[in-house]
Amino acid sequence: MGREGAVAGALLAPFLDRNPGFRLRVEQLPWSAAHEKLLTAFAGEATPDVAQLGNSWVAELAALDALEPLDAALAEAGIDRADYFDGIWRTNVVDGRLVGVPWYVDTRLLFYRSDLFDRAGVARMPDDWPGLVRALDALQHSGVAHPLLLPLNEFEPLLALALQQDEPLLRDGGRYGNFRSAGFKRALAFYLERFARRHAPYLEGNAIANVWQEFGRGTFAAFISGPWNIGELDRRLPETLHARWATAPLPGPRGPGASTAGGSSLVVFRRSARKAEALKLLAHLSRPETQLAFHALTGNLPPRRSAWAPLATDARAAAFLRQLERAKAAPAVPEWERIAQEMQLHANRALRDGIAVDAVAAGLDARVDGFLAKRRWMLDRA
Amino acid sequence: MKSQLAAWTFVAPAVTVIGMFFAVPVAAGLALSFTDFDLYALADLANLRFAGLDNYAHVLTLPLFWTSLLNTLYFVVVGVPLSIALSLGCAVLLQSPLARWKPFFRTALFAPVVTTLVAVAVIWRYLYHTRYGLINEWLGAFGIEPVDWLGDPRWAMPAIIFFSVWKGFGANMIIFIAALQAIPDELYEAARIDGASRPQQFLHVTLPMLGPTLFLVSVLTMTGYFQLFAEPYVMTQGGPLESTVSVLYLMYEEGFRWWNLGRASAVAFVLFALMVAVTRALMAIHARREAA
Repeated sequence: MGREGAVAGALLAPFLDRNPGFRLRVEQLPWSAAHEKLLTAFAGEATPDVAQLGNSWVAELAALDALEPLDAALAEAGIDRADYFDGIWRTNVVDGRLVGVPWYVDTRLLFYRSDLFDRAGVARMPDDWPGLVRALDALQHSGVAHPLLLPLNEFEPLLALALQQDEPLLRDGGRYGNFRSAGFKRALAFYLERFARRHAPYLEGNAIANVWQEFGRGTFAAFISGPWNIGELDRRLPETLHARWATAPLPGPRGPGASTAGGSSLVVFRRSARKAEALKLLAHLSRPETQLAFHALTGNLPPRRSAWAPLATDARAAAFLRQLERAKAAPAVPEWERIAQEMQLHANRALRDGIAVDAVAAGLDARVDGFLAKRRWMLDRA
Repeated sequence: MKSQLAAWTFVAPAVTVIGMFFAVPVAAGLALSFTDFDLYALADLANLRFAGLDNYAHVLTLPLFWTSLLNTLYFVVVGVPLSIALSLGCAVLLQSPLARWKPFFRTALFAPVVTTLVAVAVIWRYLYHTRYGLINEWLGAFGIEPVDWLGDPRWAMPAIIFFSVWKGFGANMIIFIAALQAIPDELYEAARIDGASRPQQFLHVTLPMLGPTLFLVSVLTMTGYFQLFAEPYVMTQGGPLESTVSVLYLMYEEGFRWWNLGRASAVAFVLFALMVAVTRALMAIHARREAA
């Protein structure tokens, strides 16, 4: 899919050299159409043997019973679970069964302008919330009016704050929303307070045309984003700014915090008639060498610690390594993506209409319980 | 009897095609709207439940449905008259004996109609851009503060209406031009002899003669405008804060994004009922006018 689809040929060439006679057809899908196409393929009984799957879709296709359980096969292929980041691995475990292998990972952390932080007298990025608030105050005093960019059209920043809490986001085995928990309310209050205290500008996504340019100008001093921005900032910022930005793991309520566990997984479809070959392909793509080559081609971060050794020497990538150790999976229910969207929508409404945190949480729980009604019926019937 | 059989034989191909590609899907959609067909039912039909009128009840009590309905009505109520007025105005101007370069202007004004909606929508997104868009730059020349057209819940719908009117008015303009050409010159001549001014001629000759055309154009434009979808899909994805979610967009999200096909079908039929009602009302008004 997308960029990954475009480099698949190069990535698979060594495998085909070693396995003459292996016939392989790669079909590329644009990300925007991939989800629909996969579901249509399932309905039309035309699923592929192996596919890349955004890991937020894994639960959905597992609910369709479209995916082959991989626990036994992977143990046989010698793929070591302990080598993978735990939070990422868990996004592939649905109802206790492994149905995918992480291919690359994505988590969100802070990109910040170290020079602006220095100027404000913040020597290093704090690792807890109170420290972050003090740093943002100091930045404001030093002249950055809105130091932290939190785009309102993305749910990841708020989700990361919510994942940092002890309480799960859904309760009773994914039957009900758990947004009235003290933890989520704390995360939401912290998020909303950033806007109330002008630490973050209140802007819809369109208003910042070019995040990199504004970051370069110092319109804001930090933003929460993913690994692709390492490459983008290198490419788009002028030479003079190259040494003036850095990455840091997200601060948590008490010390270093968790973040989202995104990325893509590789799955084998249940209907595949060539499962042995499919697993062989999966094993090739999961080898640390292949993953390093993949990283070189795309900048995607590998999900295995053993593939990280050569990457961790770069300070900006190393922050991702530390964050990945604390990445936390979102609930593995098919309805999750919709729930996350709804969460952001309620947060936006709270910001616009000044709704109190308790009321937002209650409204959100009511909506989410509605989304999960069919799931409850399915679970209770089984 | 024999001629009847022959007639049926002749229409059979057309009837079959209409049946297969229209009647059956519509019936299936209606059936679907009484079930809770979703992702789980796609996995296993045993997970399908008969829902009776639940989907309709759910849709009609869903705040977002009413928001989307208001958004759609806003679009229709402002957009349709605006579009018709603009196309009629342009048609009258182009018909005026004073107009020069008629074929050129006719083509230029009609051009947006034949462009691809998605492509021009992307271009308009640039025009509407808060900081670098041409529209804000022009407004800035008059000292007007930049407006976040597609990012501000108050301005997103007007921006979409403006774009849709620009995109679509050319088609109606051509229809109006044809209708204007059919009005006999003698009527204007007679009006002039009676001492009617230009506005009076327009009100008492042009408009009454355009009656049937106006009716046709309003029905067509209105049904088209009720089906607002592609513009918000490309330009705003229903945002900001759901201010550009139309009924059809809601249906798309329910059906193809969240895979609640039962509920999406119910939305479709509610919209259908609404459009039938409004068209009927227009027809009743038209019939009364004709009678009078």
